[in-house]
Amino acid sequence: MIIAVASGKGGTGKTTIAVNLALSLENVQLVDCDVEEPNVHIFLNPEIFEIHSVKTVIPQIDKEKCTYCRKCSEICVYNALSVIKLGNYEKPHGEVVFFSHLCHGCEGCILLCPEKAINRGEREVGIVKIGKKENVRFIEGRLNISEILAPTVIEMAKSFINKNIPAIIDAPPGTSCSVVASLKDANFCILVTEPTPFGLHDLEIAYEVTKVLKIPSGVVINKSEDDTLIENFCQKNNIPILMKIPFDKKIAEVYSKGWALIEAFPEYKEKFLELFKKIKELQK
Amino acid sequence: MIVCITAQGNNLDSEIDPRFGRCSYFIFYDTETKTYEVFPNKWKEAMGGAGTQAAQFVLEKGAKKIITGNVGPRAEAIFKLAGIEVVLTSGKVKEVINNL
Repeated sequence: MIIAVASGKGGTGKTTIAVNLALSLENVQLVDCDVEEPNVHIFLNPEIFEIHSVKTVIPQIDKEKCTYCRKCSEICVYNALSVIKLGNYEKPHGEVVFFSHLCHGCEGCILLCPEKAINRGEREVGIVKIGKKENVRFIEGRLNISEILAPTVIEMAKSFINKNIPAIIDAPPGTSCSVVASLKDANFCILVTEPTPFGLHDLEIAYEVTKVLKIPSGVVINKSEDDTLIENFCQKNNIPILMKIPFDKKIAEVYSKGWALIEAFPEYKEKFLELFKKIKELQK
Repeated sequence: MIVCITAQGNNLDSEIDPRFGRCSYFIFYDTETKTYEVFPNKWKEAMGGAGTQAAQFVLEKGAKKIITGNVGPRAEAIFKLAGIEVVLTSGKVKEVINNL
């Protein structure tokens, strides 16, 4: 079973929920898919024993074959290729300029080049780390600085999931491509929110994403105080509220030290086990 | 020689557009025939790579000199490769043409 932890708004407590749920279970995998700023490792302190490189395909132009016809540049929706034809020589002469950071690795140019003058090259865009902390198998995707292909790194990280053990995915915030890549194929999605107008607004759009992806979901209210805003929304849309974590300075202090909640307050382990039980029941 | 001037409007009374890749119009002025052609910039709202495509377009049109407010790093790289002179300035398109 794959459980994704997502939220529209950032800073609602996705990582807190994902890490503590994982630490409460016996045999589990925790996958940090927030590849632009992975932070699960801060709270988990895992031992890393494997690092894999994540590569994307890039075009490599064979200047012997290229006629500078501009077909590759025309079909590239990301404008990653510019073709310059220079002068009037007997043999075609020019430059094909490739802007690697605009390329999404679709390989369209390689397929459609009429001269077969484009070869498949590779470029690293990120890494995947594999490690362990006690009963938790740890997988982390990490996008290299200045790169944009977060979904490529997320998909690679997810490819390391062992299907026989439950996996918990810490998704990035928002509702962009990286969130869709993280949620795809999940069996359940925990939507973490806070009882503020911002929290509600972004919960609404995150919930829409889970509906489109046909993933059953439930809400966890973090920094819980007066939760009327969220409760009304959940009631109206028939979304179960699975857990509440109070707005408590002591919890913030523990977080600021990089500790897991259940390490400081062992009584929370029961609550996270209860959360897992509820999700399993909703799966039936 | 064909000179490309980025413009905020579609005529010679317009101001020079301060952006190259995301300008509103390209004005191609032929210094020999003293005539000009105007093209709206197709890549003005492009998600990314506006400069790379605009630079390629301007080169295809045969421009040998670019007059604009500012050129991004990608378009600049293309102009450098193609050996095209880029002049950064501001003011009215007409004034620039009179000074050519």
